[in-house]
Order: sequence, then C-alpha cells, then structure tokens
Amino acid sequence: MKLALHKRTLQYLAIAGIAAYLASCSFYTADWPGVKDEKERKKAPDFALKDASGEVVKLSDYRGKVVLLNFWATWCGPCEVEIPWFVDFQREYKDRDFAVLGLSLDEDGWTSVKPFVAREKLNYRVMVTSEEVDQLYGGVEHLPTTFVIDREGRVASSHVGLASKNTYRQEILTLLGSPKNEKSPLVSSNRMPRFDLLRPGR
Amino acid sequence: MICFAQAVNVLHFDPPPPLKAKAGSTVEAKIPLSLQEGYHVNSNKPSDEYLIPLQLTWTKGVLEPAGVVYPKPHLEKYQFSPDKPLSVFSGSFELVAKFTVPAGAPAGPAAMSGKLRYQACNNTMCLTPKNMDVALQVDIVK
Repeated sequence: MKLALHKRTLQYLAIAGIAAYLASCSFYTADWPGVKDEKERKKAPDFALKDASGEVVKLSDYRGKVVLLNFWATWCGPCEVEIPWFVDFQREYKDRDFAVLGLSLDEDGWTSVKPFVAREKLNYRVMVTSEEVDQLYGGVEHLPTTFVIDREGRVASSHVGLASKNTYRQEILTLLGSPKNEKSPLVSSNRMPRFDLLRPGR
Repeated sequence: MICFAQAVNVLHFDPPPPLKAKAGSTVEAKIPLSLQEGYHVNSNKPSDEYLIPLQLTWTKGVLEPAGVVYPKPHLEKYQFSPDKPLSVFSGSFELVAKFTVPAGAPAGPAAMSGKLRYQACNNTMCLTPKNMDVALQVDIVK
C-alpha cells in the first residue's frame, strides 16, 4: 500500500516535471495557435546574418516592427506551401511595421537559395542561417519552423510544421493591433499546447 | 536562447549478419532499413530537383563497391503536395549493395563502412538532411 502510494507520487512528479519542461520550452516545441499573453513572451535571440546582397541583417534592427521569422529550405515541401503566404503578408502589411525574414537551412547556401528566391519571387529578406543561429532558436531540425515576434522583439507565437495561412494572418493582425483594438480571440494567457503537433513522429 | 531540441532520427538500420565474401567473386549485401510511421524519405531519384535523394556511399575498404540497387519507389501525394506525387520510400525497405572481392583480399574478418544520406518528412514537416553510418561485417574466405 505504502509502496503503491510512493509509486503514484513519483508518477505525479514525473508528469509535473514533463509539464514544467514543456511549459519552459513552450514557444519552441509545440504548435500554439494564437499569440501568447505579453507576460509569457520571451525575448527572441538576436542574430546578424548577410542577405543575398551581402548586407548584414540584424533582428534587433526590426525592433518596433512585427516580424515573421521563418526557418525554411529549398528541399522542404511544406515550406514551399507557406512561402507564397508570406509573400502575400509582406506585400499586404509591409507599410504597417511588419516584415518577413526567411532563414534558409540549405547546406549549399546561396547556390540553391538564390535561384529558388528568384523562381518563387520572394519579396522579403532572406538569409542563409548558421549553426549558431539555429542553436539560439532551439536547434532547428524541423522545417518549417516559424516564430512571430512582437514589436518589442519577443516571441509571441511559434509553429513547427505546416500551419494555416489564416492562423498566421490572425496572429500578425493581433500583434499589429488591428482591427482597432478589439481583444483578439487568439490572445490567451491560459492556452494549452496542441500535443498532436508535438515533434517528433507525428 | 530557446530550449534545445532533441536530435531526431526516424530512419533505422538493422545491421545484417556478417557477409560471406569469396576472394575473386562478387557479392551482394542487403541493407535493411525502416522508417518511423508517418514519415517518408525521398527516393534515390526524387521527383523535384530541389529534393535530396537517398544515397548510400562506401568509404574505401577491403571490398570494392560495385553499385547499389534501390527498391522501386512509391509515388505518393501529401498534404503539402496534393497535386504532384512524390517519389518516396516509406515503411520497411531494403537496399542491395554490390561489391567485388579482390582476388588478393586476405582471408578473415573485415568491415566496410559507409554513409546513408537521407532527408525525411511527414505530412506537415521535414527533418534536416541526415548522414547515417552504415557498417557491414564481412568474412572473407579463399
């Protein structure tokens, strides 16, 4: 009896530990539709990478803007689905303090990325990422991985895997503060992760 | 820094029993592979130039590599490619590696090592390309 109780306590502790770990890693390991409450947002790690023209792009240069930061690769089919959405967002919201930044994980760098960018007519800044930057963002291994970053440079939402265009649009509009500022149903301080979208091996 | 993600390997290789190889002959080794459910890898001849093919290569060893036979791929449609079927392998499948055994190969145990390069996806996400070590035990007989 005592042994059974002890075993159950250990099970509860293990579950609590896993829950705490998931909570601490929440903006990376799960798909959270909707933006986090401001108090829950963590700073997006800064980076400096060169774009196709050789110009250095720093995330911190975008402070004051809402940024959609997308890790992708030319060989990633689901990324190819999302990229035209991001082209639309860049076109529609670029004049409203919004920017898309694409970080490619292609191992051969610009050799693959430049022709792809031209073919798909990407209208936002694209950089080839580095291992250091991947590690800062949790060791990106699954693509697409996308972070939506608020005007203060904090991660407001993240998506691992193919999300929906409408989800992204709602999150962007929520962070841009439009339409004139009704509280978005996508803002929640008590959200539950969608465990069906947890990596790996869905 | 954001929480560290665990490395994910969805393709598994079960080393086969030692390959009996007669000096001066040609031999074939079966390379059994199995993918985690829900995942696929591009075949050795993917349907798009941007996709990364499955490729087995050997480092120099006592046997001389004489080609790899890949299984017939499936043509599958996915959520991210609903119109264009992709040439893929999924589930359990087998590669056949061919070798020439030099006539002067010394009798006894030996090993061949190689790399299997692959890139896996499921219906909604892809994993970064991986290089998996493949080791083959060989027993050379005269």
